[in-house]
Amino acid sequence: MIFHFGLFLGFQLIGEILARILSLSLPGPVIGMILLAALLLLQPRIGHAIEKTAGGFLSHLSLLFVPAGVGVVQYFDQMSEIGLPLAAAVIGSTVLSIGAGALTFKYVNRFRGVRDETPE
Amino acid sequence: MTEILDIWSYLSEGPLLWLTVTIFAYLIGLGCFNLSGNRPVVNPVLISMVLLSALLELTDTSYATYFEGAQFVHFMLGPATVALAVPLWQNWQRIKESAIPMLAALFVGGTVSMISAVTIGYACGLRGELVLSLIPKAATSPVAIGVSEAIGGLPTLTVALVLITGVVGAIVTTPLLNALGIRDYRGRGLATGIAAHGIGTARAFQVHGTAGAFAGIGMVLNAIFTALIAPVFVHLFF
Repeated sequence: MIFHFGLFLGFQLIGEILARILSLSLPGPVIGMILLAALLLLQPRIGHAIEKTAGGFLSHLSLLFVPAGVGVVQYFDQMSEIGLPLAAAVIGSTVLSIGAGALTFKYVNRFRGVRDETPE
Repeated sequence: MTEILDIWSYLSEGPLLWLTVTIFAYLIGLGCFNLSGNRPVVNPVLISMVLLSALLELTDTSYATYFEGAQFVHFMLGPATVALAVPLWQNWQRIKESAIPMLAALFVGGTVSMISAVTIGYACGLRGELVLSLIPKAATSPVAIGVSEAIGGLPTLTVALVLITGVVGAIVTTPLLNALGIRDYRGRGLATGIAAHGIGTARAFQVHGTAGAFAGIGMVLNAIFTALIAPVFVHLFF
């Protein structure tokens, strides 16, 4: 368990270092994730060892956004004038983007003759 | 009474109090979500945000003080992002098979997000840096901050917009995709990750492992897409 956690932290560290050295615009953790995924594809043994820890960790991913989320509410005082237009833009574009992305996935698959995976 | 105040002033100095309160607020949010029969509108992140903000207001606690405790939870976002490599690896075969529809969905979903945010914002009277701050809002926050800075937006405003986007996405995705008749968990997850980054991904994991894995890859792809395309988009249209 602590080894698994150390592995995640270690890859984050490598990601942060690479992001700085190569001045990439991607965040360190994202680079760390890509590198770890590459390692798991080469060494599935490690993947099988850490999948339980990762699953438990990711099942509470929502919790990790709470502290930053509380920060948003501190903004509300300043947002009285621009709040409504911003909310309209955020809600409208998020709905349109999810719909457009999912429909694209579906119809490109259909065009290629790939069947939908119907949920069990 | 003075004793209680003494304890309060002792606790409010250290990180223990707000760290514990954050976790319990989340557990309350999760409890409400479960009690509602997992209705997406009863979003645990949103409930915790509201509860904690109200508590900070009531106790006259600054966000900086709160964050000294809550930062330990916040810090875990880094290793959790790295841990997304595991579902990526588990679903690698299916991700590879879906490469073409995935890239098409990324291009359409990512572009629609930027263009519609700018258009709606502009139509509602927003101008200048406020409109620019909206452009990277679908990307995960560290990418969005960097992009917002680079294109002349307000990075702090962008952070708030990113979080609100995530919560909105997590709430709307299930009813929206049901209404559109999209049942495939790969496409559902992917589109949610593209439009609503990690908070959308967290929601997708609540629904189904496949949806979660594809949402994770959607989040990563749109982080890359936004970093590359947003500056070009701004150059073309502003």
